[in-house]
Amino acid sequence: MEIKVIGAGCEKCGKLYENVQDAIKKAGCEAEVERVEDLIEIVKLGVMTAPSLMIDGKLVISGRVAKTSEIVKLLK
Amino acid sequence: MRGWDFFQNQILGMKWLNEVIGSGLSAIGLHISNRWTGSIQFFLYDVIKITILLCFLIFLISYIQSYFPPERSRKILGGFHGIWANMIAALLGTVTPFCSCSSIPLFIGFTSAGLPLGVTFSFLISSPMVDLGSFMLLMSIFGWKVAIVYVVLGLVIAVAGGTLIEKFHMEQYVESFILSAGKVDIESPDLTQKDRFIYAKDQMVSTFQKVFPYILIGVGIGAVIHNWIPEVWVEQILGDNNPLGVVLAAILGVPMYADIFGAIPIAEALLAKGALLGVVLSFMMAVTTLSLPSMIMLRKAVKPKLLGVFIAICTVGIIIVGYFFNFIQPIIL
Repeated sequence: MEIKVIGAGCEKCGKLYENVQDAIKKAGCEAEVERVEDLIEIVKLGVMTAPSLMIDGKLVISGRVAKTSEIVKLLK
Repeated sequence: MRGWDFFQNQILGMKWLNEVIGSGLSAIGLHISNRWTGSIQFFLYDVIKITILLCFLIFLISYIQSYFPPERSRKILGGFHGIWANMIAALLGTVTPFCSCSSIPLFIGFTSAGLPLGVTFSFLISSPMVDLGSFMLLMSIFGWKVAIVYVVLGLVIAVAGGTLIEKFHMEQYVESFILSAGKVDIESPDLTQKDRFIYAKDQMVSTFQKVFPYILIGVGIGAVIHNWIPEVWVEQILGDNNPLGVVLAAILGVPMYADIFGAIPIAEALLAKGALLGVVLSFMMAVTTLSLPSMIMLRKAVKPKLLGVFIAICTVGIIIVGYFFNFIQPIIL
């Protein structure tokens, strides 16, 4: 599973990253987590809001901090 | 109009709360004619009133905003041209959720989709300046006439500002990496009703936590002004006697940032002490629209000249609106 936490570095983006780490532990799955903070990279992905979450290339969370429980559901 | 007056005074203004607090304080032996007690009453009343309004408004607005993610706004705007596009952009800016770290991805997203620069700027100007929250808040503090004029004028500034930027052909001042980015069509995830309620609730809680200290500070300053600052001081600098009050307010307000919920109690108190309506409102507009963090963010997407023009247009617009409000104060308040 390839996970991208997208956000240009405000505290919300940090929170989402934390929640993703928590969720991976709770769900007990294998995942590669990448933080996309570079504006050019964010542009290339076509994302317009922060923080956002992409799992295997699909945008699942757009512009908000999702709770750990919600992310766990998405990982399954 | 009696039904509306009741709504205005008791539901939005919660005047009954002021009475309750006053009675409560008297019951424990403090008289509201006393300066200290007057301050305490004002403090408690304003903090509770603003907190309740904040929670209710943020919840309602976040719910509405969950229907307008930027991806959808971008699609909608693609279908409009000319000044209509600017107007729709200004309106959409009002209902789109906005966090300053989203402003750059959003700017890029709009530009790479081929939306004209002016349209993107109309969106960027109206987003922080005019929003449902300030509308309802203004309605509860200053009355519906002020609220509607404020929103209309804010939208006018947004449309005019965006159109001007386009007329000046400032596309060359956008950072090159943005212009070379291709458009990526991305669908934002669909939300169920339950998702929307959870989102609205989360926004309400996080905004409350973030803003509550500012409410306390704002109301504190308001209480000091209310009971301790002589009217004469306020009138001299911010009232009829100073024709430059609006300019002063705008220039002071631009580099500052305060949440609107914190700025309102200060504005309320100054108004009661004889400051002109326009001075107070232009200060509020300046303080919420432009802020150092968002300017720093925007600088990543546009070159200094365009940024300068953006700031100048907003400031001038705010000043003009301020004088207009001063002018219509007798009819509107």
